[in-house]
Amino acid sequence: MATLEIKDLHVSVVSEDAPKEILKGVDLTIKAGETHAIMGPNGSGKSTLSYAIAGHPKYTITSGTVTLDGEDVLEMSVDERARAGLFLAMQYPVEVPGVSMSNFLRTAATAVRGEAPNLRHWVKEVKGAMADLDIDPAFAERSVNEGFSGGEKKRHEILQLGLLQPKVAILDETDSGLDVDALRVVSEGVNRYKASGEVGVMLITHYTRILKYIQPDFVHVFANGRIVESGGRELADQLESEGYVKYTGKSEAAAIS
Amino acid sequence: MAALSTQPHSHGAVVPVASRAEHFTSYDVDAFEVPGGREEIWRFTPLKRLAGLHSGAAATGSAAVEVNAAAGVTVETVGRDDDRLGKAGVPGDRIAAQAYTSFEQATVVTLPGDAKSEPTTVTVTGAGEGQVAYGHLLVKAAQFAEGTVVVDYRGSGAYAENVEFVVADGAHLQVIAIHDWADDAVHVSQHHVKLGRDASIKHTVVTLGGDAVRITPVVQYAGKGGDADLAGLYFADAGQHQEHRPFIDHSQPNCRSNVVYKGALQGEGAHTVWIGDVLIRAAAEGTETYELNRNLVLTDGARADSVPNLEIETGEIEGAGHASATGRFDDEQLFYLQARGIPEDQARRLVVRGFFQELIAKINVPEVRERLEAAIEAELEAVGA
Repeated sequence: MATLEIKDLHVSVVSEDAPKEILKGVDLTIKAGETHAIMGPNGSGKSTLSYAIAGHPKYTITSGTVTLDGEDVLEMSVDERARAGLFLAMQYPVEVPGVSMSNFLRTAATAVRGEAPNLRHWVKEVKGAMADLDIDPAFAERSVNEGFSGGEKKRHEILQLGLLQPKVAILDETDSGLDVDALRVVSEGVNRYKASGEVGVMLITHYTRILKYIQPDFVHVFANGRIVESGGRELADQLESEGYVKYTGKSEAAAIS
Repeated sequence: MAALSTQPHSHGAVVPVASRAEHFTSYDVDAFEVPGGREEIWRFTPLKRLAGLHSGAAATGSAAVEVNAAAGVTVETVGRDDDRLGKAGVPGDRIAAQAYTSFEQATVVTLPGDAKSEPTTVTVTGAGEGQVAYGHLLVKAAQFAEGTVVVDYRGSGAYAENVEFVVADGAHLQVIAIHDWADDAVHVSQHHVKLGRDASIKHTVVTLGGDAVRITPVVQYAGKGGDADLAGLYFADAGQHQEHRPFIDHSQPNCRSNVVYKGALQGEGAHTVWIGDVLIRAAAEGTETYELNRNLVLTDGARADSVPNLEIETGEIEGAGHASATGRFDDEQLFYLQARGIPEDQARRLVVRGFFQELIAKINVPEVRERLEAAIEAELEAVGA
């Protein structure tokens, strides 16, 4: 039973002059089998939370702890975190020119699984996973994310999620920039991952629309660097109709009108 | 119908002090003054490390030239008086003129006309540590010839030379010059490419070894429809100086050129210089040209200079553009790969390999391609990157 435990997490970003505190004491526990939606207005620190857990060098942890099954995540390098079973589907996946998607996927799978996947099985596995996400097989020979549309990048993030099978997945605004069809395909991919085993999901989103496809067990409202309210599905419905005004003092919709 | 397009670039092209058209050339070494280091064409070059090639050092030995010729390809060793020599271009700096004045024997490799030949390899081995040598190589592709010549430089010592590539009408020549010198080697070379009507050259320079290496490839067009693709791939380690100065002289109408040089640098004192000159003369209507230089700086203490120069004397061209960028290792790429479980050293290697991939993919001699891939791996291993 995988458990990601975040306790009193404070994170700063190094800006031009002084470090700026963005996360101001985040407490959150995600257990296997649970899906937690983190909802919040722009600039509330949602993405910082995801990058800090993944270990992006831009962010400094000033206090607090993050553990995965009791292991100190903050002591691990970025790649160790991934091999320990954490996965971050990024809001803006990075282009890596000259490295083919197929080479990248195989290298990543080899690293995470601890051994090179059997070539014949692997080719079949990737083909099937790509077909499930309506990805043209030609993408396998293209450079990682290079020249991909926003939707294509997101599909490939979910492709990696399915192939790498982490214990806990953090999806950072995976729904942003997706049209209706792509949102459905990507959500189905996430649901397949959820159904595949005892895994935990942290679903970061600004809007409630992805929650029509991916059922959250818990909904947390994120504002000004921490979780300010937690509840069930009904909290999302409330955000849908009232927006974030209650938490931020200014009107910002959580639903697309 | 004039279409002048300038591609986006990271900084402006420098307008040269004097037009490239007025650049002095001569076969005679004494026509050049001994450079002091401040001259425009020498200001990036560490003259003190050139073993006197620029100041009249006499030959103390000779480089060994060995040719593994494909069927149908002829190889000759000729004297200075052979009247085929020196036709592709005139030496453009004192060292090229010194080499032209000093060589005793030249190697002439001729690809047969109207035929396709397998790759031919010319291996040049330096005269040895502390030795100075001069040489001359002429590669001729006869009319409608099609083939590849690999020139492989190895060994020690100082070596200056002129290399001529005379590509006759309708011929297609691929050249790969690999500078895989020992650590002490000093190499200064001018390549003279002369393209006939509808002729093409794919010219690739690879620079890995040596203490100081300076290569000046010059392309001239003798007729319409010429097509030159120049590529460069270099990897400079601590203390190495690698300088590449391609010059495309568009003097004929309806010709094309494309220049892509990419380099990686690592270690204290690693220095690369890329000066890319393109001149489109008034007569060269319908020219299409693009030049690009990218440098990847992997560690502190390394320096990449990159200067594209584009001179256009006619508005009646198809297109002309250039781009140059020198960047640090991209931390975001590294983060992305590591976030998928790939260890840092492996991630760095993937990124660097990816950086060179577009150039390596174009090399259609499998042994050479594999050797370059292995060489890049070895470079990365060397610093534990």
